[in-house]
Amino acid sequence: MNLSELIKLTKGNLLTKKPTEECVISGAMAADLMSDVLASIKPEAVLLTGLCNPQVVRTATIADIRAIVFVRGKYPDPDTVLLANEENIPLIITDLGLFEACGILYQAGLPSFELKSPEDSVL
Amino acid sequence: MKQLEISDEYAENITRVEELAYELRINEVMTENIYCLDPNMKMEEALDIFQEKRFSGAPVTEQDKLIGILSIEDLIRALRGNQLDATVRNFMTTNLTTVCGFDPVVEALKTFALSKFGRLPVLDREGNLIGIITKGDISNGLLSALQRDYHAEELIRYRASHLFEDIVSGRTSLILRYDIRKGDFIQGGNASSKIKRALLRLGASPQIARRCGIAAYEAEMNLIIHTNHGGTLRVEIEPHKITMEAYDDGPGIEDVELAMKAGYSTATHEIREMGFGAGMGLVNIKRCVDEMRLISTKDRGTNLYMIIFLNDSTQPNKD
Repeated sequence: MNLSELIKLTKGNLLTKKPTEECVISGAMAADLMSDVLASIKPEAVLLTGLCNPQVVRTATIADIRAIVFVRGKYPDPDTVLLANEENIPLIITDLGLFEACGILYQAGLPSFELKSPEDSVL
Repeated sequence: MKQLEISDEYAENITRVEELAYELRINEVMTENIYCLDPNMKMEEALDIFQEKRFSGAPVTEQDKLIGILSIEDLIRALRGNQLDATVRNFMTTNLTTVCGFDPVVEALKTFALSKFGRLPVLDREGNLIGIITKGDISNGLLSALQRDYHAEELIRYRASHLFEDIVSGRTSLILRYDIRKGDFIQGGNASSKIKRALLRLGASPQIARRCGIAAYEAEMNLIIHTNHGGTLRVEIEPHKITMEAYDDGPGIEDVELAMKAGYSTATHEIREMGFGAGMGLVNIKRCVDEMRLISTKDRGTNLYMIIFLNDSTQPNKD
């Protein structure tokens, strides 16, 4: 799935500048606790979250996350957008709820990129 | 135009593109070898040239000096008035706005913003016409400069990856140190991002960089959340292993065994609100590194050692 398909499916808006390279999204995970994300996400995923601070972008940089979707119409603070532009990580906002956004993406064929347990190693 | 006052805070937020607008010079992005019209040419001839070459405007020169600009609008005026036998000199615009080739691109951007012109003649210091600049030239120039930046990063990466081969000693290592401040959530993860980037530049594989990044991030957040006065993150990179150490001066961990349990956290409600305190930090670190040692004394402080071994295929000094 590419970025524009993701934006269309989530009825979202892109907050950051267009990424310089083609952004291919291979899976998805949803969480609000960043350690859970770091513990369980596989590379090249989109992260759906209700957390809007710059830590989400830092987490994305470290965990090789391709894009971030903020759900429930939550708007990230300017620092977050600034950092995302610097790190070249697209930010999308949608009015959809977390469950619904996940459901739509799953139905569109995007697989879960969340590990089932910490022992199920990603590395 | 009034010079904008730039505060430090604002300066931090300046993007690379804005920086480039000051670094790049107009003569680096302008179009050179432009087609110039003779002032004594008939308007009819100019019309043919515009049609054939799909021009929307062209400079008019006399002995290499710019004396005017002829635009499509001037041609339309001549057509309307049925005056195609008149000379270019009679219809060209002589009230000219020009820019200097040695000025930064931002000067041309300002002039575009203040005037209605779509193109500006570029002069050298002696006043000779050396080119034409349009907004499109500026976009193209900025884009190719960004691309050059990208190649420069690749070059840095190439040079850095040879560091360990170029410098020979009994035991070579590179040490990175980061002071982490207590409660500084805004900068939280900044050191880890830098560590990850440094490792990639040194030629570490994406997997190794990711593992070190996650472990460093969790250690960094622990220093921000749980210490009395913050602490230090120290990374030692050697050809065969990466040793990361996070240390602080208190308060120390009461029950190390309990702290290592998945989901156990002493973080406050406020910290959880910010997305931390999942109780996965130390678990994550353990999963990412090959060796982990946690030494903590109540009221004295905590030392966390993390080691990642690099096998042959992932050594930072190999390509």
